[in-house]
Amino acid sequence: MLKKLTSIISSQQLTNQYKIFPLGDSAVTFDMGNTISEALNQKALAMQHWLLAHPFEGLKDCLVAYSSLTVLYNPVIIKKYYNPATTLFAWVTEKLQQAFDKTVQTKQAARELIKIPVCYGDDYGPDLATLAGEKQLTQQEVVTIHTGTIYNVYMIGFLPGFSYMGEVNEKIAVPRKQTPMPVMAGSVGIAGSQTGIYPLNSPGGWQIVGRTPLRLFDPFEPEPVKLQAGDQVQFYAITKREFEEYSL
Amino acid sequence: MSLTIIKPGLLDTLQDLGRTGYSRLGINRGGAMDRYAAQVANMLVGNETSEAVIEIHFPGAQFLFEQNTLISITGGNFNALLNDEPVPLWHPIVVRKNTVLHFPKLHNGGRCYLAVHGGFCVSKWLNSYSTHLKAGAGGFHGRKLEKGDEIPFKESNIYFAGLLKPGKEFEALKWGVDTGSTYQHPNEIYFIEGNEWAQLTYQSQKAMLEDNFTIHPFSDRMGYQLQGVDLKRDQNIELVSSAVSFGTMQLLPNGQLIVLMADHQTTGGYPRIGHVISAHLPKLAQLGPGDVIHFIKTAIDNAEQLLIAQQQELNILQRACMERLNSLYVKH
Repeated sequence: MLKKLTSIISSQQLTNQYKIFPLGDSAVTFDMGNTISEALNQKALAMQHWLLAHPFEGLKDCLVAYSSLTVLYNPVIIKKYYNPATTLFAWVTEKLQQAFDKTVQTKQAARELIKIPVCYGDDYGPDLATLAGEKQLTQQEVVTIHTGTIYNVYMIGFLPGFSYMGEVNEKIAVPRKQTPMPVMAGSVGIAGSQTGIYPLNSPGGWQIVGRTPLRLFDPFEPEPVKLQAGDQVQFYAITKREFEEYSL
Repeated sequence: MSLTIIKPGLLDTLQDLGRTGYSRLGINRGGAMDRYAAQVANMLVGNETSEAVIEIHFPGAQFLFEQNTLISITGGNFNALLNDEPVPLWHPIVVRKNTVLHFPKLHNGGRCYLAVHGGFCVSKWLNSYSTHLKAGAGGFHGRKLEKGDEIPFKESNIYFAGLLKPGKEFEALKWGVDTGSTYQHPNEIYFIEGNEWAQLTYQSQKAMLEDNFTIHPFSDRMGYQLQGVDLKRDQNIELVSSAVSFGTMQLLPNGQLIVLMADHQTTGGYPRIGHVISAHLPKLAQLGPGDVIHFIKTAIDNAEQLLIAQQQELNILQRACMERLNSLYVKH
């Protein structure tokens, strides 16, 4: 299946909508709006790719979130190499503006859809029954809706490899829990219009509908984190028995 | 060729200056809480500043040195004893095989650092020695040090026993590091405005600058929870998640602040009221539960200048340490 078309916004349309601010004295955030938007997320990813392809001395890291890009830098190295007349913040800001100007927001080349097996309900998805009840659906209907959407991975954060994906069909969108509960690695949760997978055992507040046998974070693999921002993901249901066979 | 943990401490981990380049995978930088003390510890024993050190929380572990070596202890003062005799912080110390190091009493500070000549011989995870407890990787098998752990040293060809007088089990060298301005006025912490600073009410902005905040016992390597006046915003706009950094001061829904520390998450959705300046993170890392913070707002250019001055001071210290150590080795 092809990924859904994203609305395309040109740089000109975005020009007046961004804000650049210091995230301390060693990081700068380029913020395009307090919103979850696939188009803005794509633009932030394009800027990240451009910066990684054209790095400056002292650039340490880039991080894409829903609608923002943050660069982490070493002020001492920038000072040493470029000795700018302005603040180092202003100097990095200019680099971000350059990244913004040099990138066009286009649909990324269609990547292979990542299919993730999930065993829904019962012990693996302890919140599925309650969620179905609240939404006046059967558990099977919730599963059909959850597996019927192709999700965009907007960002990785919170834990190593925790993927923030959207958007969840509003028929099954539920708020997160009041109090975080222990969650097992592989658990698939829903929080508002977001869905995601816990890569590690952790306390968590998302409503857990199922669990995948796939290891999405393995520190000793050459690529420890399996999903990245910009990936397209679709879940499919498996039985308990299939889950256990996977885990062998 | 190692040191052994005779008795475990509360939280002793191998740390370096952190792993960079992986925050887009949700893997934070981590590393030493007090990077100044960690770097100086390495300098005092002739190491690169990027070598691994042991970060020790109180109560600290008991260590047995299984070989002659040169060590240093920096940062918080836990009344370090070598074979029950007091040793100074911020000095190189020659140690004979079978000497025991322990920390009986918390004098002040949040954590101290132990460096050994050559560094610890452990493998890196994602280009860093730092222990990532959540991932169970990095440092010593991805976990805190336990009883019986033997941490090997990298090889060295220096004959340290020749630097000790007969019958002496250790000797602190006469020269050490004066930490100068780094830890002056320990309770005055500078910060720059965060993106949501302007959303605070006028009263809350005033309180931030005039009132004191106390570090809550629920504070750890991830973050310091602060107790103080309830801070309020003019409008309570929900934020979508975005990046946070070491030193970010987030406003929790209950009106209290949390300052993110070395093991912070990579992203967060709470309002960013401010960011502690990098040059003051070592000071902050040496404060602990019950300590009081007085925040002082400054501008980004001042934050940058203070950080660069601190780094220049470190560069001078490193050269001085190398010269002293080289002449010491030549003499023997």
